[in-house]
This record gives sequence, C-alpha cells and structure tokens, in this order.
Amino acid sequence: MTTSYVMSRRGVGWTDKLLLVHWPLLLLITVIASIGFAMQYSMAGGHLYPWAAPQIMRFAVGFVLLLAVALVDIRVWLALAYPAYLISFLLLVAVEIVGHVGLGAQRWLEIGPLQIQPSELMKISLVLALARYLHGLALDDVSKPHRLAVALIMIVLPAALVLKEPNLGTATIILADGFSLLFLAGLSWWWILPAVGGVVGAVPVAWHFLHDYQKQRVLTFLHPQNDALGAGWNISQAEIAIGSGGLAGKGFVHGTQSRLNFLPEKNTDFAYTALGEEFGFVGSVALLALFAIVMYFGVRIATQSRSQFGRLVAMGITLNFFFYIMINAAMVMGMIPVVGIPMPLISYGGTAMLTVMFGFGLLMSVHVHRHVELPRSSGGII
Amino acid sequence: MPLFDRKDKSRYAAFTRRTLMTGGAIGAVLGVLGVRLYQLQILEGDQFRTKAEENSVSVRLVAPLRGRIFDRFGVELATNRRNYRVLIIPEQALEGVDEAIDTVGKIILLSDRDRDRIMRDIANNKKFVATTIAENLTWEQFARLNLHLPYLSGIQPDVGQTRDYPFGEELSHVLGYVAAASQSDQQSDSDPLLALPGFRIGKRGIEKSLEKELRGSAGVSRVEVNAYGRVIRELSRDSGAPGDDVWLTLDRDLQKFVVERMGDESCAIAVMDVATGDVLALASTPGYDPNLFNVGITQAEWKGLLDNDHRPLSDKALSGLYPPGSTFKPAVALAALDAGAITPQFAVNCSGSLAFGNYVFHCWKKGGHGHVDLHRGITQSCDVFFYNVARRLGIDGIEAGAHRLGFGKQTGIEIPGERAGVIPGRAWKEATFGAKWLEGETLNAGIGQGYVLVTPLQLCTMSARIASGKLVSPRIIRVVGKEGEPRPELPPLPFAQSAIDAVRSGMNGVANEPGGTAFGWRITEPGFEMAGKTGSAQVRKISLAEHLAGVTKNEKLPWKLRDHALFVAYAPVAAPRYACSVVIEHGRIGQHPDVQMARDILLYVQQRDPVKRSASWPVNAAGLDRDMTRL
Repeated sequence: MTTSYVMSRRGVGWTDKLLLVHWPLLLLITVIASIGFAMQYSMAGGHLYPWAAPQIMRFAVGFVLLLAVALVDIRVWLALAYPAYLISFLLLVAVEIVGHVGLGAQRWLEIGPLQIQPSELMKISLVLALARYLHGLALDDVSKPHRLAVALIMIVLPAALVLKEPNLGTATIILADGFSLLFLAGLSWWWILPAVGGVVGAVPVAWHFLHDYQKQRVLTFLHPQNDALGAGWNISQAEIAIGSGGLAGKGFVHGTQSRLNFLPEKNTDFAYTALGEEFGFVGSVALLALFAIVMYFGVRIATQSRSQFGRLVAMGITLNFFFYIMINAAMVMGMIPVVGIPMPLISYGGTAMLTVMFGFGLLMSVHVHRHVELPRSSGGII
Repeated sequence: MPLFDRKDKSRYAAFTRRTLMTGGAIGAVLGVLGVRLYQLQILEGDQFRTKAEENSVSVRLVAPLRGRIFDRFGVELATNRRNYRVLIIPEQALEGVDEAIDTVGKIILLSDRDRDRIMRDIANNKKFVATTIAENLTWEQFARLNLHLPYLSGIQPDVGQTRDYPFGEELSHVLGYVAAASQSDQQSDSDPLLALPGFRIGKRGIEKSLEKELRGSAGVSRVEVNAYGRVIRELSRDSGAPGDDVWLTLDRDLQKFVVERMGDESCAIAVMDVATGDVLALASTPGYDPNLFNVGITQAEWKGLLDNDHRPLSDKALSGLYPPGSTFKPAVALAALDAGAITPQFAVNCSGSLAFGNYVFHCWKKGGHGHVDLHRGITQSCDVFFYNVARRLGIDGIEAGAHRLGFGKQTGIEIPGERAGVIPGRAWKEATFGAKWLEGETLNAGIGQGYVLVTPLQLCTMSARIASGKLVSPRIIRVVGKEGEPRPELPPLPFAQSAIDAVRSGMNGVANEPGGTAFGWRITEPGFEMAGKTGSAQVRKISLAEHLAGVTKNEKLPWKLRDHALFVAYAPVAAPRYACSVVIEHGRIGQHPDVQMARDILLYVQQRDPVKRSASWPVNAAGLDRDMTRL
C-alpha cells in the first residue's frame, strides 16, 4: 500500500500534507497574480496606490486561504457541500430582499463589517453541491429524468436569482458551471443535443426577458459605431487599447489608453486591455499561455483523482476559472457584449480575488487528497 | 475491499472521455482568443496605434517670441515685455469661482465689466481651461497676488509675453502696432498661429511691413491629454524660431528731440542722411500710443483718435499730400537749368504780377521784386521769376525734372501706406480729367501749386538729392535678422553739376544772405550753417472778392483755413550730411515755425552727428543670448 493509501486510512499531519500541495501550480498562480499587480501599478501611473498595494494584500490573504482550504480533507468538503449550497442560496434570497444597491444592481450583502457577494459564494457552492450530488449517482442514473430534474433545479434556481439581481455575467457562469458538470458526469447525448438545439431556438424568447441595459449592451456590441461616445465607448476604446499594443506593446507604464482614463473601469473588468496595450501580442498571448498551463494542471488533477467528487470539483473549479477568462477576454476584444466579469488574478477586486483563491484551494485539496477513495454512498466526514 | 465497483469504473471512463473533449474545447477557445489578438494587434495594430495616438496626444501651437525693433544704436523701440497676469482654473476653485474672483478683487481692482467678461469666458470654456482674470499687472500687484496665493485655490499667476513700445507716441507712425488678427487677416494668411488666442500681428508701420520676419515660426508642443482633454504632461516641445530682430536707421535720441520740438503742431518732419538715404528721424504729430492697441483700445479712446482734427492716426510724413508751394522751386530751377531752358544769368523784372492770357498771376510780394535772376529768384522766392521759368521749361520739363528728384512716385521706404503724390503732366491730365493741359496750369505748377501734391518725405528726399548730388532714396531698415543688405553704390543725380551748384547756391542764400526768406532763422554757429527753401501752401481758394479787397492775412484765418508752412533744408552748407523737411499744417507762417524747427533739428543732428558714430551691429542678434543684444 502506498503512503497516500495509509493517509486515507489514518490521516496525516498538516505539515506532511503541505509537501503534497501542487507547488508548480501555486507558483504559476503567484506569477499570474504578480502580472496583475504590475498592471495595477502601471494603471496608477507607476504607483503602488491606490490599486497595486491593496491587491497584493488581498493576494497574500488569498494565498493563506488557498493553503488552508487545500489542507482540509476532501471528505470534509464532501460533507460541507450541501450546507454550503443551502447557505449560499439563502444569502441569494436575502440579497433579493434586503440587498444593498451597488452599481445599479443588488449584489452586495452587508453582514456586520463584511460585504459579501452571495453570487460569488454560489459559484463555488454549486460546484461542490453538484459534484456531491453527481458523485452519488451511477453513470446510468445521471440521465434518468427524475435525477436530472434535481440537478437542473440545483443549477437553474440560483442562476435565476442571480440573473434577477441583475447580474447576467455571473448567472451565465453559474449555468455554464452546472451544465459542464452534468456533461462531465456523463449526461446522455440524447439530452444534450436537443437541449442545445432548444437554447438556440430560445434566444429570441430570452431577448424579451432581458433588462433594458442588457439589451442595450447587446445592441451596442452589435453596432458599436452607432454610439461611439456613449455605451459603445468601452468596446471601441478597449479594442484601441489592445490593438495599439502591436507586437511588443508600448512598454511598461507607457500605455496611454488605460492610464489616461480612456477606458472606464480600466483597473477592474478591463485590466487585460492594459496588458495588451503595454506588452502587445507577445504579452497577451503569454498570459493566455500561463492560463492554459493552469487549466492543464487543473485537468490533470481532475483525472488523477480517485473519487468522482474530487474529479468533478477539480473540473468544476477549472472550468469556472476558464469561463471567467473566456468571457472577460472575449468581452474586451469586442467578441461578445460587455458583461461585468473580471479577469481572474489580474483584475482589481477583493471578492473576486478571494473567490478565485478559494476555488484554487479546493482544486489543491483534490490534489492533496487525490488518493482518497470515496464510495458512492459516502456522505463525507467532518 | 471494494474500491471501485464496475459502474464506478464506467463513469470514470466516461468522465475521462468528456474531460478530454472539454480540454479540447478549452484549447479551441484559447486558440480563437489568440487569433483575435493576432487580428487586433498584428493585422490592425497600426490603425489602432494611430487611433490611440489621436486619442491621447494633442498638438498645440506655441507662439514664437516676436522679433524686437532697435534704433541704429541698439535702443529697443519695440520689445517683448513680461505680461504679469492672473488666471483662474474654475474646477480648482474649491470655494467656488465667485468667491475666488471676489478674493482677487480685494487685491487688484476689478470692474463690473471685467467680472462680466471673466464669467462669460469661464462659461464658454471647459472647467479645467485657465481663464484670464486680469493681465498687464504691475509688479507690485503681481507680488501681492503671489503673497496671497496660498489662500486662493484655483487662482494661478502667470507670466506671458506682450508687445511693448517703450517710447509710445514718439514712434507710433514708424513702428505701427500689433493687434489680434482679424477675420480677413486669417483668410489671407494661412499661418495657424493667427488663430491662436491672444496672438498679435503687425497692423501698421514696420510691424506690418516686416510682419513675416518679426513673427518667426510657430513652435509645437505635443501634450498628452486624458479622456477629458486635460493636459497630463508635455511630451515634446519645439519652440519654433523666434522672429528676427530688426535694426532701423533711426536715431532714437534725434527722434525724441524732433518730436519734442514739434510740440502740439499738426506736423510732419523727416531727417535723412544725404549720403545714404538713411532716415534718422521720421515723425508725424500728433501720434497715438501703440500700446493701446495691443492691450485692447477702449471705445472712447478710439473715438477720441478718430475725432481729433489733427488726425493722429494718419502718418502725415508718408501719406499726407501737400502742395509743395515754393519748396518746389529748386526742383523747377534744376530742371530748367539742366534742360537749358534758362541759364544762371537768366533774369526777369518782377512787378508783382504777370499777365497771362485772361489771367493775372500774382507774386507773393505785392510790390514786386524788381530785377530777379536765378539766385535772387530762389533766395527771395520770387513767383513771377518762376512763372517765367515754367513757361520756358514747359510742363513736360517740369514733370521730367520732378520725377528725377523723386516726386510723383513712392520713395520706397519700408513702411506701408506711403502715397505717391501728384506731378501733373499732359498725359496725367488727360487720364484724370479727360481734358487738355492748359498753359496757365504750367505757371501754377512752376511755383508748386495747382495740381502738384507731395509728401514731406518726398521733400526731404529732394533736399537730400540736391545736397548730395546722388540719387538717394530714403530707407529706414538697416538690418533684419543677422544680415544687413549690402548698400548699392548710389548713382549720381541726373542733372548737370553746374545746375546743381546754382540751385545749392540759391538755397544757401535763402538762409544765409540778408533778404533770404529764412535769413532771420538761420543757423549762426560757424560750420553748421544750413541751406534751405521756404514754402507755403494755400489750403483755400482765394476768392475774387478777396483779390479785390486784398488777401486776408493768414494769421487772422481760422486754423483749418490757414496755409501750410513748409521748409526743406540740408546742412552743413559746405559739405552736406543731413537733409530735413518740415511741414506744419496751418502753421503761423509769419514766424516761420517750420524754419525754426528745421534750424534746431539740423543744429542738433550736426552736433550729435549720428552718421559718424558707429552704429550697433547685431553681432549677437540671433542664436546668442537675446538679452545681450544691446551693445
């Protein structure tokens, strides 16, 4: 028997577990976050404040959080999956009732000194809860209507609440996370293909239910030149910023677009444009390559896990990370409408940073506990 | 120990399969993003770079420093002075714009009109654009403002440049003035500087004729602006080329003397170096303060200038046209002698008048001069003598001779607005009136009356040509920028030397022989004696009734109707160096104020002798420290 098998039986000390952490992945995350610090530093015109320094502090906190989450036994996470989902769901409902109106949307909930964004919690909770639910199902069961119906309710209900906040971007990611897990769990193509067809057919119907500002964003996206100084401003200025970077970029702290406020929300959702402007094609592609390696590690961790829960959690986290990147990059490059989705590890923002680091913590936990075998009926341990 | 049951194995296989598919999808999406980056940054990068540049870089013109104008000894006649001003940047005025302006108003005086103007300017500009509260502050005001500055938010003291004419009225007609470019200026001149707020261009005088040289070329400042148009920093600055400095032939000390001597008269005086044509003084009184136009002349001041019957805005020395009267006689005599129409011995008997056809032409002296030869004809200015000379010479001879002395065309002095005057002739009359020349008109032309019109500068040129025997023409610009134009060798005056000598002798007699019309006001200092010719020009037609009753004495007439008093002169008689012409509008001819002025000026200029003194040469004009130019 291997040591890890022994570990699964008896448990080992946390110092031993530290050695099992995927250090290359952790290093990679730190490198990417550092690129983020550099961009925040640059966009402040070469100053640590107001953005770079707080961002570094948050990363430090997130780093510790990641390790702490990584060291928690995966069976504990299995046990916590449903309660976490339930709490997140209740917070989403609470935000709907007593939500704090920020940026024109009800997204924040203040509990004492804490400001929480339940939709961020829900993204992680849904991955955990859905992984747990699917973990308990045999391959054949996944496609059975009554089993599937439960999974769909688990996905759609919170997504609907988030959409109502309104937060189209996060709702989209919740849906994407959920459906991806169903797909990975082996949902029958007989369900998948008609559903895809149905969604395509339902687009005109969905249009009808969109908020005015959401419709405006879509229209602006389709015809940015109609409103070059208004809502189309973001898109055209972001394209100018990235495009003007050329092959090698304008050089660190020499981007004019981002530094001179031609880009609104330059340091948050549009941070990637600053990278494109200052480091050009080389820098932009390099960051995508670093992200790709992170995702490669994520997929490797998933396939190496010996529990279905671990696999699904690892893939759920990896894909969640991927959806962020895809939506943000496509948005700033003018490929999809503007939605408020940050670039993970690069964009300025506390909640996003902590959520991402917590997610990586779970991924790391799957890696640390990759040899732990969980029977289908296991309810986990606390 | 049941680690995996078969079902779990199959779902693991399914998971792996689907994970691989997912991985493929991720790869494909990243590939698409990469392609999009390639499209934006490599294929369309240049376009976006241009757009980004347009976004963030704003090109602003920098006004060049206007060239200065010096006199022949390096005295600054037109210069650039520091313009102390105070600006307000509305968005930085934390206590509000009104409060800030009130506070400034406690330190320097601001009228309600000023306030209205400031508020209007602020309303018309963006909040971060500096608006002028007040300019041309004294150093004391400026210092006081700076002292209070820590307590005034949004208020910004600033030092700009403005044109300054330290001698004001004294040189107004020579230098002209600068003012903001008008609409039509901007249409005829494509220089973008003209559209720059606060930019001034030359409107008159040297400022206008040398506008191109004085202006210099615009500098360019590339500034980085943010999305709101606010300047973040200056990227590069090309200061452009400052305008060329200009050295005039004028002697400021002499000019000062001349203008002071002219006093309150409506008067024009030119003083020239007879050898070169260098204009040493050129004045027309009254003048105006050119500084008024630079800072903005008020309605009342402008109206005052327009309504003044002494016409301060007109440069009488160049554009005032006067019948030369008797000052024209040397020209007629010279032409007649040269053409052989008369000899120096030619003489007539003056009885006080000459009957010609149906008309009687009077001499200014009622009793007549008796026997008059050329010398006496000039010294005593006998009209009858010159009627006879004119008849013998004919209008064609008068016309040709006058032209050779510089009349009837512009002298070519480098100041705009010069007029050509009139030397009548057969062709001229045909063209102007469509009528034949009448013989009687020749007689009038012979004593500088009738159609003949000249400028004071032309009179001075004539005097200089007779004095030097050379074909001199007035010039006032000595050096522009670094290089002075080489002076061409002057051709001799195209008259026989004996004729010139005879006329000089007559002009000497005018001042230096008893009975000469200027004898009473001659220069008595030995070696400084002047030669000259007096004249008066009738402003009104003398009526028949007046003829019968006897002509009213000039002094008893209202100012506007009195004759003009004219005098041309040169000195010293022995070896002439300076020529001078004086025209006093409606002067008191009895006291010959014109001769007195010329006497004082010619004595002063000979004693000072600016031509002999070494003039300052602009060795360090351009390229070197401009503040060191004064030698």
